[in-house]
Amino acid sequence: MNAPILTYVTFLPLLGVIFIMAVPQRSEAGKNVIRAIALVASLFTFLASLRIYHAFDASIGAFQLLEDHVWIPSYGIHYKLGIDGLSFWLILLTTFLTPLTILSTWRAIDKRVKEFQVALLVLETAMLGTFVALDLFLFYVFWELMLIPMYLIIGVWGGERRIYAAIKFFLYTAVGSLLMLVCIIGLVYFHNEHTGHLTFDLLQLYGTSMPRIYEILFFAAFALAFAIKVPMFPLHTWLPDAHVEAPTAGSVILAGILLKMGTYGFFRFAMPLFPQGSAYFAPLIIVLSIIGIIYGALVAMVQPDIKKLVAYSSVSHLGYCMLGLYVLTRQGVEGSVLQMINHGISTGALFLLVGIVYERRHTRLIKEYGGIARIVPIYSTIFLIVTLSSIGFPTTNGFIGEFLILLGAFKVNKIAAVFAATGVILGAVYMLWMVQRVFYGQVKNPKNLALKDMNLREVAYMLPLLVLIFWIGLYPNFFLKKMHSSVEHFINQVKVEDVQEQPHNFAAANNILQLGEVTVLKVKE
Amino acid sequence: MDKYIFLIPLFPLIGFLINGLLGKRFGKGIISFIGCMTVGFSFIVSLFIWKYLLSLEPGHRILTQTLWKWMSVGGLSVDVSFMIDPLSMLMILVVTGVGFLIHVYSTGYMYEDESYWRYFAYLNMFVFFMAMLVLGGNYLVMFVGWEGVGLASYLLIGFWYQGIDNAVAGKKAFVVNRIGDFGFVLGLFLMFWTFGSLSYLDVFPKALELFEQGSLPINSPVLVAICLLLFVGATGKSAQIPLYIWLPDAMAGPTPVSALIHAATMVTAGVYMVARTNVLYTLAPSALLVVASIAAATAFFAATMGVLQNDIKKVLAYSTVSQLGYMFIGVGVTAYWAGIFHLMTHAFFKACLFLCSGSVIHAMSGDQDMRHMGGLAKKMPITYITMLFATLAISGLPPFAGFFSKDEILGKAFSFPYYPMAGKIIWFIGTAGAGITAFYMFRLIFMTFHGEFRGTKEQEHHLHESPANMTVPLVILALLSLFGGWLGIPELIGKFFGHVPNILEGFLEPVFEHSSNIVSQFAHHGHVAEPVEWTLMTTSVVVAIIGISLAYYIYMVHGKELPQKLAQKYAFHYQVIYNKYYVDEIYEFLVVLPIYYFSVFLWKVADAFFIDGIGVNGPAWVVKRTSSIVRLVQNGYVQTYGAFMLVGMVTILCFFIYR
Repeated sequence: MNAPILTYVTFLPLLGVIFIMAVPQRSEAGKNVIRAIALVASLFTFLASLRIYHAFDASIGAFQLLEDHVWIPSYGIHYKLGIDGLSFWLILLTTFLTPLTILSTWRAIDKRVKEFQVALLVLETAMLGTFVALDLFLFYVFWELMLIPMYLIIGVWGGERRIYAAIKFFLYTAVGSLLMLVCIIGLVYFHNEHTGHLTFDLLQLYGTSMPRIYEILFFAAFALAFAIKVPMFPLHTWLPDAHVEAPTAGSVILAGILLKMGTYGFFRFAMPLFPQGSAYFAPLIIVLSIIGIIYGALVAMVQPDIKKLVAYSSVSHLGYCMLGLYVLTRQGVEGSVLQMINHGISTGALFLLVGIVYERRHTRLIKEYGGIARIVPIYSTIFLIVTLSSIGFPTTNGFIGEFLILLGAFKVNKIAAVFAATGVILGAVYMLWMVQRVFYGQVKNPKNLALKDMNLREVAYMLPLLVLIFWIGLYPNFFLKKMHSSVEHFINQVKVEDVQEQPHNFAAANNILQLGEVTVLKVKE
Repeated sequence: MDKYIFLIPLFPLIGFLINGLLGKRFGKGIISFIGCMTVGFSFIVSLFIWKYLLSLEPGHRILTQTLWKWMSVGGLSVDVSFMIDPLSMLMILVVTGVGFLIHVYSTGYMYEDESYWRYFAYLNMFVFFMAMLVLGGNYLVMFVGWEGVGLASYLLIGFWYQGIDNAVAGKKAFVVNRIGDFGFVLGLFLMFWTFGSLSYLDVFPKALELFEQGSLPINSPVLVAICLLLFVGATGKSAQIPLYIWLPDAMAGPTPVSALIHAATMVTAGVYMVARTNVLYTLAPSALLVVASIAAATAFFAATMGVLQNDIKKVLAYSTVSQLGYMFIGVGVTAYWAGIFHLMTHAFFKACLFLCSGSVIHAMSGDQDMRHMGGLAKKMPITYITMLFATLAISGLPPFAGFFSKDEILGKAFSFPYYPMAGKIIWFIGTAGAGITAFYMFRLIFMTFHGEFRGTKEQEHHLHESPANMTVPLVILALLSLFGGWLGIPELIGKFFGHVPNILEGFLEPVFEHSSNIVSQFAHHGHVAEPVEWTLMTTSVVVAIIGISLAYYIYMVHGKELPQKLAQKYAFHYQVIYNKYYVDEIYEFLVVLPIYYFSVFLWKVADAFFIDGIGVNGPAWVVKRTSSIVRLVQNGYVQTYGAFMLVGMVTILCFFIYR
């Protein structure tokens, strides 16, 4: 057995916390030391996670790098960690985004620096733990642990309505989580009844046989918890409030990683644990995803606040992720996983960019800007590149994700793909309209004349994101080949044989083009 | 030679990166040098590859190069790969050749601009993406170029972004193109799940194989669907009804950009795409009928809209829309090579026209209104002569280039093999449109170059011929507008002069070979008798001459009063056409505003009021109200508690007594 690398990575940020605790923050120097320690800790975590990259074997579909220790024997609770092709990338995304986020807070967070950095690092550990936990109890601990630092980040360092937003965020997610907890216990109970073996081990709980009605109910509870996190329409209204009130760093983490907890939850727990329930709800989830794509885009279009616009665009983008997961084709699921990473990069980048002008002008209203392309050329260029990534321009990451998802969806459900693809048009509309109003035209507001362009630190944390945007866009195979086996494994696990019993809502519509019999060749999966 | 294909897009990419990242620090000389030479190098590489291609047997003229595996998921496997066959060879020669001339011209036209470096960076980026579009070996690489040129177009239309109208026009172009791309992508999905690949060299043989096996009958719904969806993309990129509306607005960009992107190259991408996909289109005649009909309608309506425009660039813009219609008529009636032929000659004469108009605008200090011009021929003779050449070409007078290509298209439309009746109608509409074209183009010539100058004294004082770096490209393009058509001399005329071969048709033949076979197998034989052919040819020349004469009569003989009189007499028609049939307004009213207000409704009512207000905050409100009532019970007075206790005890007692 090699070194417990997943444990190292997960808890490395906490080591930083211990050091930070020892530094007083009264002086400016002290604050900088705290920031530096946080940055170094997160960088070390990133470096450590690169070890995972080397250790990870892409040919294995099941979990690997397993660590297993008994935690609470009387209840069959273990400290069990392991990763597959999805969590692998989400871990790297987390360890990659966190240092950039810390770098972005250098000037933005000036009060209670110590507490803030501690919250960020604890949050990182909680997120990493959520991605590596393979014991339902352990997972639940990490899952709930995420709530607390995020709640504080919004509630303490947020904007004007921060308390409202923080409590809304907390209650919304807690409601879903509690139902999930009940069902975790129910699932363990069923498993115990059936096998006489009390365990919270996910790998053993997969394939627990239970009455179909319980599968459906349990799936519903899990799905509710995860759908809130995604967020899926109509459970999304905490998101705009949380984003608008959260400080930049909070928004970046929230959009970049926390939302992926939802899709990750579907991928890891809700779908493979309850395939029957998943199949039962599949039509509803596909419809809600498509509504989310279009609804999110339309509402984003009319937002007066840039941050809120980006927040609603997340609803739209995550709709693609859910659609991709649920079409259960190789292209769809891999596109979905890639889109999770993409969204973390491009939306994270957008929030960072919004934060940059917010720091200078203390407003995020579109109408306060206008014509600033001439004044801040570097900023405008970078903003445009990130915009292109967000609207799925070929050669950027966004295109690959959307293309694969829609291609995969088209095979299963043409009508769904057609509706989802309208999001590609709407995406261009709301992003480019915003770009036009913020950057082009004459400078009307004299306050903008003195706007400073990005400084070296800001360019430094945007540059890695830009590199990734084109890296994924030009050579996505680097990322895709690590997930092939896991995705195949996932599809086999989730696909229900008697899926015909649950006719798709769109089955009739599928025949519109009368393709089925004569002309369509079977494409080998 | 195939190893070097990647150099063609690489040079402009390097130019883009150098000028884009460092251009701000360079002098204008270095910027121009990098900008022009990178495209020039691409042109030279293309020439070498062309020479090599010609040395091969006609049947084997296909070069491919694969750079790396782009993505492979399940059955999907896409390479970043290039393919050169005679069709893409011709396209890349036009793109880099005309592109180079326009780069050179730009060094004069844009010299005064403060963002000179940005301009050349964008222009190089455009050439890069256009090369990707043309050279791509599969539909996805084509799509990269397809969207990429859209981005370049967006940036260059909005180049002077401080004028908000320019930025709006750029955004409009991008969004309208996205609507087209929506259809295009769906077409690709259907194609992939039908043929299992997106690569040209897989899809077409597979389609032919299935066709020969009988499992893919002619006009099968899936093929028609693929072709129509792809054509939706083409209507966006190539400005056909109903998505043409972005192109006239695109004239907000610098004039050389209009020449390169919005006339000579990018907007013809749709024509190239259909010609590239000719095997599938030929197997789907219904789709072809749609293509040809929309094309004919576009050719005609855009021509009528060009008649009353006063902005010199707007006239040319509508003329471009109209000419693109002719190209689509060509590919739509299975005369693929004729469509490409017109694409090439149009690239020459329309680039020339735009650059000439740029020269005029330059002399007029930025004024584009033809009502302020007049009599410029004396002041700018080179511009005048070159523009006259190009105008004669677009009007379709022999021996200028446009005559050969347009005549070929109309002749082939007349004998549309799949739908002979529709073909006759399309021919009629096309010929009428050609007459209108001749009319509005000569209206432009007469209003601009003849008569007396109508602008301000200041403008008149400033009038001058453009410098050599602008006029030399004009002269080259004017000569191409004259001789370019001689590459495709029709058999009829060729025989007349003693067996002059049709070089271009022969060169392109291998690309369209399969289509010709299918057509001859399935359709009425599309050949018309020689006398009919002579008649058709004469008719189009006569129609053009009528158009020119009418323009001469209205704008030269009675130029002072007749136009106004006509406008007053036919006030209603005048207004409708002058306002471009109010299409923009109709779209605004039927599409844009409803979506906008629907979105506001979703935000304010659905989201804020119902979901968040009632659904989320509702329960919170109920809990709060309930507890604020219930908490009254717990008021801390012992008397109250005693009273409650008493009531409770009495109740319990009663319960037990009267049970």
